[in-house]
Amino acid sequence: MAVRPLVADIYDVIVVGAGVVGCAVARKLTLEGARVIILEKGLDILDGASKANSALLHTGFDAPPGSIEQRCIADGYHEFLKIRQQLNLPLIDCGALVIAWNEDEHDKLESIIDKSHANGVTNTRIVSAREVSQMEPDICTGAIAAVQVPGESIIDPWNTPFAYLLQALSNGARAERNCEVTGGEFDGIHWVIDSSCGRVTGKCVINCAGLFGDELNNRLIDEPLFNIRPRKGQFVVYDKSAAKLIRSILLPVPGERTKGVVVCRTIFGNLLVGPTAEEQQSRVDVSVDKSILNQLTKRGEQIVPALSGHSVTATYAGIRPATDSKDYHINSKTDLHYISVGGIRSTGLSAALGIANLVFDHYSKLGEPLDPLDPPDRINWPQINSISEYDKRDWQCDDNGGIVCHCELVTQREIAAAMTGPLAVRSLDGLKRRTRVTMGRCQGFYCTARLCELTAGQFDRPLCVSSDT
Amino acid sequence: MIRPLNHIPDSCAVAIVGAGPSGLSAAIELKRLGVNDVHVIERESAAGGIPRHCGHPPFGMREFNRIYKGPTYAKKLVAQALANNVALHLDTTVVSLGRNGLLHLSSPHGSAELLAERVILCTGVRETPRSARLVSGQRPLGIVTTGALQSMVYLYDKRPFRMPVIVGSELVSFSALLTCRHAGIKPVSMIEANDRPTAWNLSRLLPLASGTQLRLNSSIQRILGRVRVEGVEVIDRNGTVSTESCDGIIFSGRFVPESTLARLSHLDVDPDSQGPVIDNFGRCSDPAYLAAGNLLRAVETAGWCWQEGRRVASTVHRSLEGQLPDSGEYIRVIANHPIIKYVLPQRLSINEGSMHSDTHPVQHHQLQLRVSSTAKGVLSIVSGERTILMKRINTLPERRILVNLPSSTRDMVDDTIRIDFNPS
Repeated sequence: MAVRPLVADIYDVIVVGAGVVGCAVARKLTLEGARVIILEKGLDILDGASKANSALLHTGFDAPPGSIEQRCIADGYHEFLKIRQQLNLPLIDCGALVIAWNEDEHDKLESIIDKSHANGVTNTRIVSAREVSQMEPDICTGAIAAVQVPGESIIDPWNTPFAYLLQALSNGARAERNCEVTGGEFDGIHWVIDSSCGRVTGKCVINCAGLFGDELNNRLIDEPLFNIRPRKGQFVVYDKSAAKLIRSILLPVPGERTKGVVVCRTIFGNLLVGPTAEEQQSRVDVSVDKSILNQLTKRGEQIVPALSGHSVTATYAGIRPATDSKDYHINSKTDLHYISVGGIRSTGLSAALGIANLVFDHYSKLGEPLDPLDPPDRINWPQINSISEYDKRDWQCDDNGGIVCHCELVTQREIAAAMTGPLAVRSLDGLKRRTRVTMGRCQGFYCTARLCELTAGQFDRPLCVSSDT
Repeated sequence: MIRPLNHIPDSCAVAIVGAGPSGLSAAIELKRLGVNDVHVIERESAAGGIPRHCGHPPFGMREFNRIYKGPTYAKKLVAQALANNVALHLDTTVVSLGRNGLLHLSSPHGSAELLAERVILCTGVRETPRSARLVSGQRPLGIVTTGALQSMVYLYDKRPFRMPVIVGSELVSFSALLTCRHAGIKPVSMIEANDRPTAWNLSRLLPLASGTQLRLNSSIQRILGRVRVEGVEVIDRNGTVSTESCDGIIFSGRFVPESTLARLSHLDVDPDSQGPVIDNFGRCSDPAYLAAGNLLRAVETAGWCWQEGRRVASTVHRSLEGQLPDSGEYIRVIANHPIIKYVLPQRLSINEGSMHSDTHPVQHHQLQLRVSSTAKGVLSIVSGERTILMKRINTLPERRILVNLPSSTRDMVDDTIRIDFNPS
């Protein structure tokens, strides 16, 4: 059977995977003048590794100096600060404390400072136990000292990449969801990509397939380039009443293996404890485990004792697309017009814009001329509806249609907006990420029924069925 | 459709947050007592609270001397409120509580402030969802609480699944069972960690009659399925794990007060009851605020909440007339045995040694408490070294225990009284 072409056009770039990296890459190349199509196999964007992380914007102070990761985080960090107001992206500029709880950890603080300086993060300093307890009166008294990292910040993990892709679309890019790449051929000039939603032709392919990056490389260029080693991280989220207990992002002194458990606020006004680091085979199994969750709440209560009086709102797990080696894998196959971006672990949210810049450098070497969208007034800057607890929210504005989700104060207008437009949500997960509906303390006790009604006929996997079916 | 809102003033005598049984009964009683400027703020599109979606009896014995199903009962209460000219503001959310009765509101039209001389918090309860129970597994579709299920079935005529399991065996779990039956949903089993149903023992018959297996001494170890629920792993007391196929899970009961507004505000919250701290007049730590109904603790019947609403109305009435003692000086009430889950009121305001008399009828002339497991023995109220009162109890968990408070603080030698328990 002949495969129907999805579109007759020939794209400059086919981006595979709409996680945070794919969204940032699509944005960058679009703004540089490329005609971009992005293909996502999930029902909605951010459906893989990007759906669950710590939601932090890192400075890269503790990244391995000289690594690609460090370079991308530092670049991504500055780029984010540069564009965030134009896209109306929220940020909590609260800084972090890397806290030493014992003498061994205390001994490592100097080297953390040295590393941060080597990474260009020069405003870090050691603070005494007394200063720590003045800054964070509700944390346990056992801290010996800490490294203060003023630049570390909290951001919206979902509306940020959504904004990147939305900006790409509003400047001419195209996105297809529920569209899995099944194969493809490069004929020396063009890539012809077969997907579950049709055939797409383009001059270059950029693999941003995250947890499935090695499989996609195998499928398209017959070599994996790296091997994904899925590493799960579980989190516990406390109710908004707990957020007042801390101000800074509380980081542990990193051990040999992992960065350890973070305690921080979220942009939505909750308090988060996590992640764990668990190697597993599955790339899709995001199960939480009761005993691990109990360990996390215990750890949280060790650091912030008053947490024991607050309730858990949500639990979740994410999977990092880790690989055999520590650094990112960003390679291009110039002769194949193919760029592969893999092994983007926990720091992907912070590094995405930097990764996109680096990918563009690779792309430039292919020698495909582009007509950039300069001058800047030719670039569209869509404004995101901020759902930060610390910004003015839609429920405070006129004619919002009324609050549907009482815990997260999500209005009917916000839900309607998420279900329209070029990236209209197609699943409950997508709607949750965009609006936070049902993600509060009652987890849908009050609003699920209303949501069934508001979303009826909109989702492939409906929340409920009518009585007559 | 959004209903037209009654005009919300900038200030009023009494604002009531929540139009369930306690909120409505407080409003009706205030009107009867001649307090006119009463405004009830309700975030849902309809008044009546939880009974609106409990499509089964028995509701209304205490209030109407008749037995109704929940929705009929809710309609009766609302009709009574409207007949008494209570101002009901629907689709209006109280977003935060400020000092001295300043409420921040949001409605479909935007936000507003309302300064009330007295605020009665009647925000009720909700069930503990899967996340707060820290259950293992992924997050497939088809996991609901009874409340969510009932509003789907009774308010929107929707079904989230066809053959779920029910977790828990409280009264509300049987309410979930009845809801399923009404909706043509066939629960495969009811899973309870203890060796008997938490509700009443005869309730064993109900699942049997519905073709639902009652699995005692069992709990859910893991949820199976990624996109939709495909089953649950059930572990019994001997550690034997079995898999039960189902397409949904109802996490029923384990109610907690919906005390978010209080928690996020300046008011004191009791970690035991999880509701706001109140005194014997129902006053919170800021005396402009009072509280009644299931917000105080989980969980009582609609009729009990209705009665608390009525009582708090009369103390509000007195307080507006300047007839209540100051809330400044009080005796703390402390549960002094781990089996005691909570005790309320948490404070006793004193007035020249007298806690209640004809001139000072109080909201709470009894201590309300519950135990967390089966308890047989003697409860005692102790002040300093002195035992003021003893009461023999023999009770199951989740049963209401009432202890009469002495009418005078004369015997209370300390600024705290302790509730002790000696098992026998």
